Amino acid sequence: MGRYVIRRLLQMIPVFIGTTLLIFVMVNVLGDPIQGLCGDKACDPATEAQLRSEFGLDKPLWQQYLTYMGHLFEGNFGTAFNGQPVIDLIGTAFPVTIRLTIIAIIFEIIIGIALGVLTGLRRGSPSDTTVLLLTLVVISVPTFVTGLVAQLLFGVKWNLIQPSVSPDAPFDQLVLPGLVLASVSLAYVTRLTRTSIAENRRSDYVRTATAKGLPRRRVIVRHLLRNSLIPVVTFIGTDIGGLMGGAIVTERIFNIHGVGFQLYQGILRQNSQTVVGFVTVLVLVFLVANLLVDLLYAVLDPRIRYA
Amino acid sequence: MLLEVRDLHVEFHTREGVAKAVNGVSYSVDAGETLAVLGESGSGKSVTAQAIMGILDVPPGRISGGEVLFKGRDLLKLKEDQRRKVRGAEMAMIFQDALSSLNPVLSVGQQLGEMFIVHRGMSRKDARTKAVELMDRVRIPAARERVGQYPHQFSGGMRQRIMIAMALALEPSLIIADEPTTALDVTVQAQVMDLLAELQRELNMGLILITHDLGVVADVADKIAVMYAGRIVETAPVHDIYKAPAHPYTRGLLDSIPRLDQKGQDLYAIKGLPPNLLNIPPGCAFNPRCPRAREVCTRDEPPLYEVSGTRRSACHFWRETLDDVDI
Repeated sequence: MGRYVIRRLLQMIPVFIGTTLLIFVMVNVLGDPIQGLCGDKACDPATEAQLRSEFGLDKPLWQQYLTYMGHLFEGNFGTAFNGQPVIDLIGTAFPVTIRLTIIAIIFEIIIGIALGVLTGLRRGSPSDTTVLLLTLVVISVPTFVTGLVAQLLFGVKWNLIQPSVSPDAPFDQLVLPGLVLASVSLAYVTRLTRTSIAENRRSDYVRTATAKGLPRRRVIVRHLLRNSLIPVVTFIGTDIGGLMGGAIVTERIFNIHGVGFQLYQGILRQNSQTVVGFVTVLVLVFLVANLLVDLLYAVLDPRIRYA
Repeated sequence: MLLEVRDLHVEFHTREGVAKAVNGVSYSVDAGETLAVLGESGSGKSVTAQAIMGILDVPPGRISGGEVLFKGRDLLKLKEDQRRKVRGAEMAMIFQDALSSLNPVLSVGQQLGEMFIVHRGMSRKDARTKAVELMDRVRIPAARERVGQYPHQFSGGMRQRIMIAMALALEPSLIIADEPTTALDVTVQAQVMDLLAELQRELNMGLILITHDLGVVADVADKIAVMYAGRIVETAPVHDIYKAPAHPYTRGLLDSIPRLDQKGQDLYAIKGLPPNLLNIPPGCAFNPRCPRAREVCTRDEPPLYEVSGTRRSACHFWRETLDDVDI
């Protein structure tokens, strides 16, 4: 196990370098950051030259990347054009998005798994068909539609929540945005659990558990669910990274100042330092989440042992 | 009588129609007795057992008639909650494929101990001690060290021993073993069968041994019930059947055992296939494959004729079959 973890951690290094390099190159290819700063007008050549040398933009790209990576290991994520250190932006934005993600994951686990178990046990029943249809609708409708409709109904029409989240984004204001963010994954969790339960329900070990005279509840929770949740846990684990990076739409709709919001602003203003910094952290989150999922997998399924 | 099955009917509702899996099966087992139920795949032997245990998949399955008297009570009339308490505690089942029948993500100790936790209300710690005792009893070496291991870490024979241990946990009065040795190597088969027979004697349990292996039957069974297309076609004490079968199907089964004195000759096989349960032929279900079939066999369903005090045969020509004369 220990050797496996070390090997996985070592594997992260090339992945990390590769992804950050890609992002770095892409941000610089997509547009000239200095040009973006000046807007529609042409930049004053003197100011431009000064900015270029100040941010190191007059050096070749590979040198810029190396300098950036070097600073990164000292915990320096660079400075945004407005003079704010990127690390400060990260420090304020990530806690908000982490709160949002936690709420989304809780929704996925509670609602998704519960619906999946109920429908999986009653495959072909009217309730199963209804839930299946609903999940299909949720999967097909884009998040910005779900989000705007939810905001309009709950926030404006029925006045149940504040349509716009305040800057410090406490948990209670993030419930609806969390549900919106979770919606698509929640539908997938439901479907995945349903299929898994329906498949394992007829398995030999469930029959054995019944033949042992165990109460139905115990057969379902301890024997059926335990086995059926293995693929679901994997999905939810890998989804953590996706939710954190993919909250751009949800955060825009509900005016949440999290990672998605900052990324959006960064891209819009060609603020390469911000974009690269945030994406770098997201890449790390993704890698760590994936490693944890793989380790959890071994805990859930004793047949899998990493050497 | 420990267990008496009377005129049991089970059907499955499928898309294609109603499959009549069990059509009026009656048999009985006493304490300490071994009944071997013999028959091809699809003859209804396993479905009968599942109906007795109460683990039939309902739906699509449905018990459409009959009684299962266990210690005088009709199990089919019990509420599910009472029925559950009988399962595992008073009657237990051993399945064919121990690898798929054991839960892959729970340790064998947890799966064995669970019987004591659920039925006897024991603590986890006591249940674990009991699990080790059980593993010792079915002679699994190093039981104390292996109690925390998972099914995939055991060999096929050891896994089947764990299944047996699980069935024996609460010392039930009846064990149903559904092809317990089919998935095992021949040498291991004998060990597992011997162990089962020994424990049965020790605890004076009734045993229903479902099998298609006539070799196993001869050694351990007291009586045999041969099933075909959801019916019993012959029941007899084990030695009578080997001496002289009273049904052409039993004869066919016996003739298809490979024998040393027929080495080099073609092995006999009953021609044709078992009938489709959605569409069982009228008259005797075996008539399309029967070498003795006459016109009456396609018309009248043979009743279970009384051959002797302990023998029954569902063949219009049981006398001729028994004497092995051609008609």
